[in-house]
Amino acid sequence: MRSVSVDLNNDASLLIDIPDALCERDKVKFTVHTKTTLSTFQKPEFSVPRQHEDFIWLHDTLVETEDYAGLIIPPAPPKPDFESPREKMHKLGEGEATMTKEEYAKMKQELEAEYLAVFKKTVQVHEIFLQRLSSHPMLSKDRNFQIFLEYDQDLSVRRKNAKEMFGGFFKNMVKSADEVLISGIKEVDDFFEQEKTFLLDYYSKIKDSTAKAEKMTRSHKSTTWNFFYLFIFLTLKLGKLSDLFEKLRKVEGRVASDQELKLTELLRYYMRDIQAAKDLLYRRARALADYENSNKALDKARLKSKDIPQAEEHQQQCLHKFDKLSESGKRELTGFKGRRVVAFRKNLIEMAELEIKHAKVSNIMTGSHAERTHTLLD
Amino acid sequence: MATSSERSPPPFPDSEDQYVLDSEEVGGRDCDEEDGEDLFMSAIEPPLTDTTLPTASQTSDDLLKPPSDIMNNPLNEPASGQTQNKPASAAVSEHSDDFIDLTNNVVATLKDATEISLDEPSDDFVDLLGSETEPPREEVVLADVSVEAVMGKSEVAGSDTDSPGDGKQEAKESSPVPIIDLSESSSSNTQQPPGTDKVFDPLADLLNDSPLITDAKNPRSTTTDPFIDEGSDLFSEPWQTKSAKQPQKSLFGEPDEDLFGEPLHTISKKTLNKEQKNKPVTTKAAADDTINITGPLQESKPVEPADLFSEEAVASAPSISNTSKASAVNAKTNGVLSEEDTDIFAEATVELSLDSPRTERKKEVIDKPSATALSLSAAASLTMPQAAALEELEEVEEEEQEDKFDIYVSVKDPEKIGDGMNAYMAYKVSTQTTLAMFRNKTFTVRRRFSDFLGLYEKLSEKHGPNGFIVPPPPEKSILGMTKVKVGKDDSSAADFVERRRGALERYLQRVVNHPSLLQDPDVREFLEREELPRAVSTQALSGAGFLKMINKATDAVSKMTIKMNESDVWFEEKLQEVESADQHFRKLHTLVESLVIHRKELSLNTASFAKSAAMLGSAEDNTALSRALSQLAEVEDKMEQLHQDQAANDTFSFAELIADFIRLLGAVRGSFDQRMKAWQRWQDAQAMLQKKRETEAKLLWANKPDKLQLAKEEIAEWEAKVTQYERDFERVSATVRKEVIRFEKEKAKHFKRQIVKYLESLLQSQQQLIKYWEAFLPEAKAIA
Repeated sequence: MRSVSVDLNNDASLLIDIPDALCERDKVKFTVHTKTTLSTFQKPEFSVPRQHEDFIWLHDTLVETEDYAGLIIPPAPPKPDFESPREKMHKLGEGEATMTKEEYAKMKQELEAEYLAVFKKTVQVHEIFLQRLSSHPMLSKDRNFQIFLEYDQDLSVRRKNAKEMFGGFFKNMVKSADEVLISGIKEVDDFFEQEKTFLLDYYSKIKDSTAKAEKMTRSHKSTTWNFFYLFIFLTLKLGKLSDLFEKLRKVEGRVASDQELKLTELLRYYMRDIQAAKDLLYRRARALADYENSNKALDKARLKSKDIPQAEEHQQQCLHKFDKLSESGKRELTGFKGRRVVAFRKNLIEMAELEIKHAKVSNIMTGSHAERTHTLLD
Repeated sequence: MATSSERSPPPFPDSEDQYVLDSEEVGGRDCDEEDGEDLFMSAIEPPLTDTTLPTASQTSDDLLKPPSDIMNNPLNEPASGQTQNKPASAAVSEHSDDFIDLTNNVVATLKDATEISLDEPSDDFVDLLGSETEPPREEVVLADVSVEAVMGKSEVAGSDTDSPGDGKQEAKESSPVPIIDLSESSSSNTQQPPGTDKVFDPLADLLNDSPLITDAKNPRSTTTDPFIDEGSDLFSEPWQTKSAKQPQKSLFGEPDEDLFGEPLHTISKKTLNKEQKNKPVTTKAAADDTINITGPLQESKPVEPADLFSEEAVASAPSISNTSKASAVNAKTNGVLSEEDTDIFAEATVELSLDSPRTERKKEVIDKPSATALSLSAAASLTMPQAAALEELEEVEEEEQEDKFDIYVSVKDPEKIGDGMNAYMAYKVSTQTTLAMFRNKTFTVRRRFSDFLGLYEKLSEKHGPNGFIVPPPPEKSILGMTKVKVGKDDSSAADFVERRRGALERYLQRVVNHPSLLQDPDVREFLEREELPRAVSTQALSGAGFLKMINKATDAVSKMTIKMNESDVWFEEKLQEVESADQHFRKLHTLVESLVIHRKELSLNTASFAKSAAMLGSAEDNTALSRALSQLAEVEDKMEQLHQDQAANDTFSFAELIADFIRLLGAVRGSFDQRMKAWQRWQDAQAMLQKKRETEAKLLWANKPDKLQLAKEEIAEWEAKVTQYERDFERVSATVRKEVIRFEKEKAKHFKRQIVKYLESLLQSQQQLIKYWEAFLPEAKAIA
C-alpha cells in the first residue's frame, strides 16, 4: 500500500531520493539520486541536478500523455515558497537597531530554523512525487520519467512563455466549461457515478478542512512567536520564569510544526491527489462524451449512408478508449481509496502520539518548574 | 514523509531527533546549562551603585542559584533518587575517612583560601572580603563553596559509584565548573589522589582555621542525597544562615514567629536563632523582616534542636572531639540525620561567632545586604534588582513585622442593576474576620463600582499626603461598562465584568492587608455598613471629575517645576527603579495581552477546523476513517476549549496581575510625589523664613519698633512652621520608605503566588490535553 508518509518504494528495483538541495535565490536545485537494478538504465546508480520547473514539466508531460489518461497522475509538487520566512528575515534586518545583540541572535536562529523547516518540507514533497511515480507500475516505465532521472545535463526545460501560460489558462477554462457540459451525460457505470459524487463532495470538504487547518497551524505558530517575544523579554528583564517559557515555547513550536506536518500536509496532499482523481474522472467522462458523440456521428453517417466505416471505426476507437479508461480508472480509484485510508491512519496515529508526547514533556517541565518555584520562592 | 526527511541533508535537523535530545535534557540534567545562564543573568541584573553592598547581594544571588538548579535534577527523577541513596552514602562514609586524614594535614594557609574563592563564580564577593579581611568570614564563604563542590561530588558518587576519573567528569556536568576548578586548584596543596577526594581539599584547608565549620558543613553536604527533597534547603541554607544570622536576632526573641515552613530548614534556622541569643554579640541587630518573605505562615517547629544547641554551645571549644563526632555522623549517613546535623551545625556557627566577636559589626554590614538580596531575589523572581534597597534595611526595622491580619475579603456575584445607561454593576463584598474591631465575624454588603472608587478617593485624600501607598482600584472604563449596559450576554461583556470583579477583589484585599489603611474608619464603614452614602465625585464626566483633571494637570506641572536636590540616594535609586519597573511591566503587559489575543484566535481557528473535520468525516466513505475523523473533530473541539481556558488563564493570572502592578506603581510614584511636595513645602517655608528675617533686619536698620514686633512674631511663626514641615517631611520620607519596602514584599509575594497558580493551571490543561489525545489514539489505530 502506498501512502504519503509510508515509504513508497516497495520495489527495490528503482529507488529514488533527494539527498541534497541547494537554494540559490529563487531557484531550488534538487539533487535527484537514483538507485536501480533495471536494465533500462545505463548505470545502477546516478545523481542528477533538477529544478522545480523540471518536476512541473515531468508532471505536465505525464498528464498530456494519452496512454496515462486512465491513471491518477501524482499531483505535482507545489512551488517552493520561502516568502514568509524570508519576509520575516527582512523584517528582522530592519529591526536590528532596536534589538539587543542577544535578541537579534536568538531571533535569527529562530528564523533560520523556520526557514530550514520550510526547505525540508519542499524537498520532501518533491521527493514524494518522484517516489510515487517510481512505485507506479506504468508510470515508472515512462520514457520521460527515465530521462528525467538519468539525463545528467541540465534538462533546460523551456519555461512556459506568456502565450503558453495563457493557453494553459484557456485550457482550464475550456475544461471547466466542458465539465459542466458533460456532467449532463448519463453515467453508465454506478461505480463511477458514486465515485464522482463522493469525490466532488470530498474535495470541497477537504479543501475547507485544509484551509482551516492551515489557519489553525498558522495561528498556532504566531502564538508560538508571541511566546518567543515574551520569552525574550522575560530573559532580559526578569530571569527565572524565562527558561520555562523558552522550553514551553519550543514544545509549543513543535506541536505546531508537527500538526502542520502530520495534519495540514496530509490534507493538502490529498486535496491535490483528489484533484488528480477528479481529473481522471473528467478524462473518462470526456471519453464517454466522445463515445456518445461518435455514436451519434455513426447514426448520422448511417442515415446519410456516408463514411460509415470511418464513423464505425471512430466509434469503436472511442468505445475502446472509454472501456480502457473505465477499467484502469476503477483500479486506480480503488487503489487511491486504500492509499488514502492508510495514509490518514498513519498520520493521525502519529499526530496523536506526538501530541501526547509533547504534552507529556511540557507537563513534566511545568511540574518540575512549579516545584522549583515553590522551593525557590519559599 | 517522515522517512524521507531522515534522509534529507545534514543541515536540516530532523525534528524528531532534536526532540529526543531535548526531552532528555528536560528529564535529566539540563540544570547545568541553566546554571550558566542564571549566573550570567543575575550578574547583569543589579545596578552596581554601591561598591560593597550590591556586590554582596549579587553574590548571594549567584550562590543561591546553582544548588536549587541542581536540586531540580533529583526532582525530575524521583525514582532514581532512591537508587542513588546507597552509593551516595557509601561514598560519603569513605569521604569521612579522608576527612580525618585531612584534618591532620596542616598545609593550607589563608592565602590559599582567598585564592580559592577567587575561582568562584562570584568574584565580587571576594573583592568585598578582601577589603574587609576578616578571616572567619572567608572561611564561611569557603565552606559554602566546598559544600557546593561536595554536593556536586556526592551526586556524582551517587550516579556512578566512585570511579575517580568518571566522577570528575560528571562533577563538571552536575556542578558549576568553576567550583570544581576551585577544588582542584586547592588540591595542589595536599597530595590527595584525584577524583572524589579532591573535593574535600578545600575543607581541609579550612580546618586549620575553624575545623568546626567544615565539620558541620561536611555532614550537611553528605546528607543531601538521602534527603533529596530537602536538598535545596540544605544547600541554600548555608548562605542564608551565614548572612541572615545577624538580622534575625531580634526576630528570634519572639518564639511564636515562625519563619520557615519546611522542617529541616526550620530546625537549623531555629538553632541559629538560639545561638544568636547565647552569643555575646555587641550589636543589637535590626529585625530584618525580609526573611519573612521566605516563609509566609508556618507551623511551629521542634524546640529540641535549639536545646541541643545551647548545650553544645557551652562546650564549644574547637577540638578533635568535634571532628570525630562529625565523622561519626558521616559514618551514619544512612540514617535520618536531622538531629546530629543540626547540633553540629549549631556548634559550627557558634564557633564562628565566638571566634570573632569584634568582627560582628563589620559582618553585619555584609550580612544584611546579602540576606535581603537573598530572600528578596528568591521570593521575587520577577522583581527588578533590589540591591538598592539593602543599605536601608538597617533602619527599617520593627515595623516590618509580619502584617498579616486575620481578615479576608471577597468580591462576588456581580449583578446588573437597572436598565439602559443608568444601569450599574453591584458586587457582593463579603468579609471574614476575627478582628475585634469588627462587630461580626462574617458580614456581607452590596457595593457598586463607584463605591469602591469613593473609598479610594477618601483613602488617598487622607493617607496619600502622608506618603502611604494607597492601593488604586481599577480604572473606570466607559467602553467596557457601555458594553455591559448595552450587551445582553456578550462574552466580552462577561469577560469585562469578571476582570473587574477580580480587580476589585484584589484591590480590597490590598487595602485590608495594609496595617494603616485597615484602621481607617472609612474602610470599616465600607465593609460593614449596610447603606453607604452615594459617592458622587467619582463620575468621570461630572464636574468633580473635571476638577480632578485640572488638579492632576497642575500637579504634573508643579512636579516638573520642583527641582528637588535629593539628599537621600535611596529615594533616588528607588524612584528610578520604580520608573523602569513601570516600563517593564507595561511592555510585559502588552506582550501578554497580545499572547492572549493570539490564543483566542487560535481557539477560534481550532473551532472552525473542528467543524470542518466533522464535515469531512461525514463525507468520508470508509466507516472507520469517518469515525476517526469525527473523533478528531471532537478532540479539536476540546482543544478549542483548552485554548480558550489558557487564554483566560493568561489573562487572569498574568495580564491582570501585571495591570494591577502597573496601577500600584503609579501609586508608588504618587507617594514619591507626596514626599517631594512635603519637601517643597518645607523649602518654601524656609525661604519665607529667610525673607522674614531679612525684613526684620531691614526694619531693625530702619528703626521701626512697632513693625519690628510684628516681624518677630512672624519669624517665630515661620520658624515653627519650618520645624513642623521639616518634621513632616521626615515623617513622610520614613513612611514612603516603609511603604515602598512593604510594596516590594507584597509584589514578590503576589507574583510568587500567581506564578505557582499559573503553573498549576498550566499543568492541568496539559494533563487534559494528554487525556484527550490518548482517548483519540485507539480510534486512529482502529482505522483499517
